[in-house]
Amino acid sequence: MFFLPGNYRHPEFRQGVLDSLSVAPGIAAWGLMTGVAMMKSGMSTLEALLMSVIVFAGSSQLAAIPLLTAGAPMWVVLATGFCVNLRFVVFSAHLRPYMMHLPLWQRLTSGYLTTDLSYVLFTRRYPAHGGNSAQMQAQQAYLAGNCGINWVAWVGCSVIGVVLANWIPTEWGLGFAGILALLGILCSLASSRMRLVSAGVAGAAAIAAFALPFKLNILVAIAAAVALCLTLEKP
Amino acid sequence: MNAQSDPWTLAIIVGLAGVTVLTRCFFFISSKSWSLPSWAQRGLQYAPIAALAAVIAPEVLMTQGQLISNWHDARLFAGAAGALWFFWRKGAGQAVLGTIIVGMAVYLPLHLGLGW
Repeated sequence: MFFLPGNYRHPEFRQGVLDSLSVAPGIAAWGLMTGVAMMKSGMSTLEALLMSVIVFAGSSQLAAIPLLTAGAPMWVVLATGFCVNLRFVVFSAHLRPYMMHLPLWQRLTSGYLTTDLSYVLFTRRYPAHGGNSAQMQAQQAYLAGNCGINWVAWVGCSVIGVVLANWIPTEWGLGFAGILALLGILCSLASSRMRLVSAGVAGAAAIAAFALPFKLNILVAIAAAVALCLTLEKP
Repeated sequence: MNAQSDPWTLAIIVGLAGVTVLTRCFFFISSKSWSLPSWAQRGLQYAPIAALAAVIAPEVLMTQGQLISNWHDARLFAGAAGALWFFWRKGAGQAVLGTIIVGMAVYLPLHLGLGW
């Protein structure tokens, strides 16, 4: 990860930082508004700060906030967080061959720090996992640079949001910058007809299945898009 | 600052961090050797763009769980402006940054000025 000299001294680290910097303003605005949302929900400052610093998953935080303030049992909050995070389970299957050469503690740290955007940017830069140790090292260095900036932008701005919650108006809709960051990355991936099909199917399915609990509409949408693309693919 | 911290709530938050680790690392925690069938590996290359579209579409096209029926919505224009900017500037560096800036430059006046 980004605190390992082998990673941050590697030239690919810089590329990871650069790619992540272009989406950082969106992540920062999103983190800021998540921090504000935690405080406006009635969580204590300590609780909100702890959540900002260690949970590192915006959608599961937003899903957990109303449950925490309503005093829901622990297993309900954790199960909700797990369901909202199910898309990461899919991503982890994809990332497995990129990770298995690392010792367990590094796999856990890298995985923990790899959010949606880092996963997407990483697989965009490296469609195939490294075949030798130099390539694998370069890939880890890129991921480390990418996740490092992402972590600083998200956690830093969440903490600012918690501290300045009373002065930041929610009705401005600053969090929309996060959606625009995702949209920009989506455009950068839209390089083949099959990928456009995947995006179109997933978007429509996510809207059609929106009523499902725990944001399962996202998982359904990914499954539908992948399944349809596999069927349409030329053999 | 305001509410009292509750040790149980703090414990749940630590648990949520554990859930983040568990879900993000799910398939590479165990070091047993196995590999995905090749159709699954091919299929997963469509997952990143699908995941993004699945998160974005409801955030831009829905309000309160309903598909929007009114085009007077700042998100539509901001999203369109951001995407247009991207495809216009895609050769140049930092096109994604431009998408965010141009999108917000359209979003904020429409949202705050016209209440869309």
